[in-house]
This record gives sequence, structure tokens and C-alpha cells, in this order.
Amino acid sequence: MSEAHALKPSPARWLVVIFPYVWLTLFFLAPFLIILKISLSDTAIAMPPYTPVFQGFGAIGDFISQLDIENYIFLTDDPLYIDAYLSSLRIAVISTLLLLLVGYPMALCMARASAGIRPTLVMLVILPFWTSFLIRVYAWIGILKPEGLLTLLLQTLGIYGPDDQVQIFRTETAVFIGIVYSYLPFMVLPLYAALEKLDGTLLEAASDLGCPPWKAFWKITFPLSLPGVIAGSMICFIPITGEFVIPDLLGGAETLMIGKTLWTEFFGNRDWPLASAVAVILLLVLVVPIMIFQNQQQKAEGK
Amino acid sequence: MAKSLGPVKRKFTPWTDPAAQPFIRFENITKRFGTFVAVDNLTLDIYEKEFFSLLGPSGCGKTTLMRMLAGFEEPTEGRILLQGKDISGVPPYRRPTNMMFQSYALFPHMTVEKNIAFGLEQDKLPKGEIDTRVQEMLKLVKLEQFAKRKPSQLSGGQRQRVALARSLAKRPKVLLLDEPLGALDRKLREETQFELMDIQHTLGLTFLIVTHDQEEAMTVSDRIAVMDKGIIMQVATPAEIYEAPNSRYVADFIGDINILDGKVVSTTAAGGQAGTVRLDCGGLAVAVDQECAAVVGNDVAFAIRPEKVRISLDKPADDSVNAAYGEVWDIGYLGDFSLFLVKTQDGRVLRAAQANVARLVDRPITFGDMVWLSWSADAGLVLTR
Amino acid sequence: MKSGRFDTTILTLCFAFLYIPIIILVIYSFNASKLVTVWGGFSTQWYRQMWSNEGLMDAAWVTIRVGILSASIGTVLGTLAALTLVRFTRFPGRMLFSGMIYAPLVMPEVITGLSLLLLFVAVGIDRGFWTVTIAHTTFTMCYVAIVVQSRLITFDRSLEEAALDLGCPPVKTFFKITLPLILPAVIAGWMLAFTLSLDDLVIASFATGPGATTLPIKIYSQVRLGVTPEINAACTILIGIVTIGVIIASVVTKRQEYQRQRDEHFAAKGA
Repeated sequence: MSEAHALKPSPARWLVVIFPYVWLTLFFLAPFLIILKISLSDTAIAMPPYTPVFQGFGAIGDFISQLDIENYIFLTDDPLYIDAYLSSLRIAVISTLLLLLVGYPMALCMARASAGIRPTLVMLVILPFWTSFLIRVYAWIGILKPEGLLTLLLQTLGIYGPDDQVQIFRTETAVFIGIVYSYLPFMVLPLYAALEKLDGTLLEAASDLGCPPWKAFWKITFPLSLPGVIAGSMICFIPITGEFVIPDLLGGAETLMIGKTLWTEFFGNRDWPLASAVAVILLLVLVVPIMIFQNQQQKAEGK
Repeated sequence: MAKSLGPVKRKFTPWTDPAAQPFIRFENITKRFGTFVAVDNLTLDIYEKEFFSLLGPSGCGKTTLMRMLAGFEEPTEGRILLQGKDISGVPPYRRPTNMMFQSYALFPHMTVEKNIAFGLEQDKLPKGEIDTRVQEMLKLVKLEQFAKRKPSQLSGGQRQRVALARSLAKRPKVLLLDEPLGALDRKLREETQFELMDIQHTLGLTFLIVTHDQEEAMTVSDRIAVMDKGIIMQVATPAEIYEAPNSRYVADFIGDINILDGKVVSTTAAGGQAGTVRLDCGGLAVAVDQECAAVVGNDVAFAIRPEKVRISLDKPADDSVNAAYGEVWDIGYLGDFSLFLVKTQDGRVLRAAQANVARLVDRPITFGDMVWLSWSADAGLVLTR
Repeated sequence: MKSGRFDTTILTLCFAFLYIPIIILVIYSFNASKLVTVWGGFSTQWYRQMWSNEGLMDAAWVTIRVGILSASIGTVLGTLAALTLVRFTRFPGRMLFSGMIYAPLVMPEVITGLSLLLLFVAVGIDRGFWTVTIAHTTFTMCYVAIVVQSRLITFDRSLEEAALDLGCPPVKTFFKITLPLILPAVIAGWMLAFTLSLDDLVIASFATGPGATTLPIKIYSQVRLGVTPEINAACTILIGIVTIGVIIASVVTKRQEYQRQRDEHFAAKGA
């Protein structure tokens, strides 16, 4: 009922809005427009390796005539890029499913734990999230590489012979392990938030009405936790699609991911317009999941 | 806690004095939120030193009206006059009104003392004077020994007193109370009601209270405005509201009442004069003595409070009183009185209350008994709207 | 609700999965042997070596300065953004605004990084310390906004109204009432912003220039060459700092919670 603008908004109040608005427009929105423009530019030999955008603001006509879609045509011509996009999406989908598979039971057990230890459990999930992403991925190299600790463990247990080595490092499997490991807190926390506020008496009521526990889970718990499932999946799926560090450090040459391709185009081949085109298409691919995520957030905010 | 009895109250009726100037005047106030009309062209006068209640269900616009006086909302149309001056556009922090919030809104990071001093500090009063006033207020609400505590270290009743002290500290011209006792349990609420009245009387302030609790409004107020859907249904003293509600809505909202639909058969109460109105309430003939503008053939309602209906096993001796015959269908035993639900021959259920004056476990009238209900012509009311 | 043995097993496995790699990393930072799989006894030589590695130390110093600066600016902007999201329900471009707050949370870092770089080049800013700080401020402010926003949503507006009603003008009300009460969330936001900045590799790689190599960039370039105990040592110190910070924060919150419960107990009795 009571709303902020019930009072006549004094002009000073708008300063609150203006500072973050201007900052984000300048450093988040404007860069996207630039990336769009550059993806339509020619590659130039000079440094910076593209034809500059702002050669005076008067050159609007030039601006339009300079646009060309050759970079995009190049992207569709070379199967490398299409494969990288598809492969990224495939890895992101599988990773998200794996994360749900690991994260959901974990979140459920956390929500079912006694109220006294729940805050500690949440703390334990958050703690790794506070430690460096890079470090956490790095930690797996030592474990997974052929002469690494996993091999050592299996050899000690007698499962592997002294000359056998674990061949996971620099494969897609290693990428999946790294992703699940790194993104698990992002999946567990929204799931836990949704499951924790679930009213325990609902399950008692279901049980009272003759519904066995496993059925009650599918009929009551799971449907009510869906907002958490969607939020967690989006929070993981979107960044995983553009992931760079994990496939770069744990994946092999055959692990194609678009984030890595972009990085190579940019830092390796120094083809900025092509890198921009790759980014624009990646963004387009992710528009739908981002919209879903935003929608969810706004719904949560409206509550 | 011993209840201190304040000075003996005097009869106080400035609203009957045509020369009296209203202290607060709501003039054709309309407030819209989008398309929702919270307050609809409302006009209301409140007098100095009055204890005035806005009573109504949630969403009736009473809180919005109060918030407009405090300055948290601006009226969409109309104006508010305080001592004859238009206060539109004056921000809340420059209005001579103070409010006690429903949630109390005590600042959790400040002690009781600091909370009470907050308003005085805004006025930049000298430190010594602030201290004196804070002490005065703590004494008034009997919380001297709690001065250094934080709000979280207080019970609900104590928090309520701090909120009251804080809003009184600036000696506002008008104190606004938003459901002030809603969070207290019943016994504490009754006690606090009398304390509120004492404080209001002692300090000689104008109190405007918003409540949905009719008992609270009845107990504390000089006058009550009963509101519904953004308009005022009736403004009157608690006794008038109870005994002479002007509409079905008010009659039904305040207390327990029987309401029967009827038609005017004959009337001698023409032109605002008192007289006898005879009604036909679906076969039941009823006579009512009152002023009434209704004419023969009008659809009206007959209303009577259960405690004004007598119940007896024998037919009333006097033929001139109104009477109905029926079967005791249910009995509610409430300790101080019993409520009988009697089903008349035409299937209507009438309610009659009987004070339990003697100490008996078995009452003479019980379930299934055929009984007579009777009431005099001045007990009920004809409601024309 | 009862938590059976099954639940305990699942939780144990999940937490083992989350913690074992980090624990191994910490243990092997004290390994005297240079080989990862061989335990050569306890040693702190890698810490000493790390300490004398000037490149690493310079990078650490840059990272801390960027972190403090960007977290601080980001916290101010993020808090303002949270106020905007919660308090200004209707203004032109509100949809765009909330979009710009939420999008960076999930946006692949390569896109954010690349687009910022192109902006800096387009307007001709030399890349270095300040461009990294701007880049970090931009994405950390969104995290701060979310943290502060969730606190503001549950904030009892009548507290502010009470202050206004008692004669306190709006700006003063914000500093005397609102800010002290949302301060824990603002501090949490700052800490989150600082850690994110400390942690970031991808965006910093794009936004940086000569002379402003951050620690993650440094670590990354060495990690690509393989596992080295020296990096293990650097990582262990980073983990240690963060863990101590988080533990202090949680102890403080616990104590506040305890205090609050004690107060309420006290009040119930005092009634």
C-alpha cells in the first residue's frame, strides 16, 4: 500500500537512481553496442587490430556504409565455430543436469537436517565459493593428471597396476568434474532456499491423507521447489556456456567451447572483429535463458 | 500494576456547539492509488482535545486518511486544514503531528532513552531540556528503570509504552495512533485503553486513533467515525453509534444485532417527528417508536440488539409489546449472559441475550422449549439504508 | 524432521567432494618435494620462495589495491542501485535498469571482459590499473546490489516514517536510521565484492594493460605451465585469508544472533 513515491519525489532523490544508472549504462550497456559495431567491422592490421569506431561523431553515413557482415558469414562458413557453439551448449546442458543430480539430494538433505546445524551447513557450502575459482580448478589438475593423486590412490588400493594411469586429465570428463565442482554452490543455494521454506506440515498432511513418502516427494516437494530448480539451473547454465577457465585448464584439444574459442581469437589470433562476432552470437544464444533468469529474479523481488 | 484513576471526566461535546472551530478539517478529500479509490470525497471535522476514532474493516481507507494527516500521503483531491491552515505540501518532518505506529517502529539500534529523545534532537533543543523531557516521558509511561535498554530487551507492552512516549515527547498538536493496542493481549489491552484515556486527558491533546476493534473504539473515544470503502457511514458518540446506528452497515459492524427485512405498513412519524412506525417483517408485525422519514410501502429493515429482547416461557401479559413465538434452537453460554437462538414459526432465527443474574447451573429454559420473545416499541430501530 | 543415516551419508560425500581438493592443495603446499605425488616431508620453502618472487608479490599488491578500490566504489553504487530497485518502483527505463543489474550476474565473463576492453580502446583510455578497477566495480556492484536489496526488502519502512514523523529530514533519516540498520548487508556486500575482485581472471585479463598484472593473471600464466608448489603456497595463503575472514564474519553474526535471542528471552521474563 505505502509506496515510495507517495510523497512528492524531490529532485535530490533521483541522485540515488542516476549514479548507478549512468555507471551501468556507460560500462555495461555501451560496451555491448560497441561490440555489436565492431563485429561488423573489417579486420585492420594496425594496432588496435580493428578500424576504430569513433572517427568523429559526424561520420554517421560512413558508419552505416562501413558495416558488413563478413565476420558472421565467416562464422557460418567455418564448421569450427558452429561446432564450438553446439559443443558448448551440449556441455552446459549435461553439466546442468549433473549439477541437479548432485545438488538436489544435497540441498534436500540440508533442508531436512535439524535447524541447529543448518546454518553451519550453509556456511560450508558458501565457503568454497569464497575461495578463488581459479584455485579450485587448479586443485583438480594435481588430482586428475596421469601421474596425479587419483592414480596414486588407485594404485595404492591395488585397483590399478603400477603402470596404469588415470586418463581423465585433458578430456571432457575432467571438464565435467571441474564444472560440477565449481558450480555446485550456485546450484545448491537456490535449491536449498526453495526447499528450506517448504512448510513441513505439508508433508505431514500428505502422509496423513495416505500418501507414501516417495510419492509425496514427487507430488509436493518437487513441484514446490521448481522455482529453485529453474533459478539454480539458469545461474549455472548461462555462465557455463561461456566458460573459459575450466575447459582451458582441464579440457583437452578436442574439448571445444566457445569461451575458449573467443579467447583464442582475441589473444591468440588477435582478430578482434571476429572475436566480437563470436561474442554477439553467444549472447544471442543466451538471450532466452537470461530472460528466464531475469523474470524469476523479478518475481522474487516482487514478493 | 495498579491502575491510577485520573481526574473525573467532564461532559465534552464541542461538536454540538455551532460556534466551535474544528481543530482538524478534512475537506472533500479523495485519495486514489492508481484506479483504486482509498478515500472518496470525504469531509470530517475533529475538535481540539477530542479523542477521535476512525473505525472500520481493513481496506476501508482509515489508515490512508491518517497517513494523509501525518504527511506520508498527499490527497489526490481536497485539502486538510489544521487550525484553519492548509497543510498540503508540508512534508511529514515539518508537521506538528506525531504518530504512534502499528508496528511501534522503535529504532532497534537505539536505547529506550535515545528513541524518546530522537524527535527532540531533531528540533535541536538544548541537551538539558531533552534530558528533562525524556525523564518526564519515561515517568509518564512508567518505564524509568528501562531507559538504557534496547527495544529488543522489552516485552510487547513495554515497547508499546516506549512508542507512545516517543510520539508524545515532542508535545504534538495531534497524536495519531495506528492500531495502537493491536499487538497486545486482551487483558493488557483493556488496561492500556484506560491509561491512554488518562494520558490524553492529563496532557489535553487531540488524539486520532485508527482501529478495527470496535470495543477499543467504544471504550476510548469521544466520537467514532465508522468507515466503509473510503466513505464515512456515521460520525457519532459511542452510545449513539450503538443505540442509534444510521444504517444496516453500522448496526451490523458494531456489536451483535438481529436485522429483519420489512415494509412500512403505517407511520405517524412524519416529517422528522417521533411517532410509531408499524412494519411487516415477512409476517411478523413490529411496532417501533422513533423519528423516521420512511413512508408507507418503503422497504426498510428492523434491527434490535439481543440484550433488548426478553425471553420467557409464558406469553407476555401486555398485548401492546412486540412478540414472537418459537423454539429454542441453540444456546450459547457465555458466562455473564446466555445467548438464545430461537427459530420462529416462519423459520427465521432471532437472537435473545439474557443476563445470568442468579448462580444456577441448570437454567429454566433449555433446548427445544417453546418460548416467547418480546420487546418494547422503543427497543428496536427502523433502518432506512 | 529426522535426518537419517542416508542423509548423513549424502551430505558427507558432497562435502568431501567440495573440500578434499582444497585440503590436498593446502597439504601439498607444505611438501618438501617438487613432485606432486611424492611426499617429501614438511617444509615451508615454497612460502619463502613465493615471498621472494617479486612478480608474484607485485601482482598481489595490485590485486589488493584493485580489490579495495573496486569493492568500495562498487558497494556505494550497489547500495544506491539496491535502493533504486526496492524504493523506486516506477521510472522510465526501470526494466532496463534491473536488467543491467541482473545480467552481469550470469553473463559469461568472456563477453563482459571483451566488451569492456573494446569500450576502453574505442574511447582511447590506456589500459592498466584503472581500467581493471572500473571493470571490477561494474560487475561487483551488481552483486552488492543483490545482497543489499534482499535486506532492504525486509526493511520495515515504518522505521523511516517514524523518523520523518519525528522531524528528521529524508537524507538525515537515511544516515541515522536506514544505513545503520542495513550496514551488516552492506559490509557483507563489500566483502563479497572484494573476494570477487580478488578472484577474477577473465575480466581482468581483458581489461588490464602493461604494469597491472593481477594475482589471478599471474597464477594462471604459471598454472598453464603445470602444477608448482609455489603456486600451491600462494593459493593456500589466499584460502587462509578468505577462510579467516568468513569465520570472523560468521562468529560476529552468531554472536549478534545469540545476543538477540538473549534479549528476547530477557524481555519475555521482564514482561
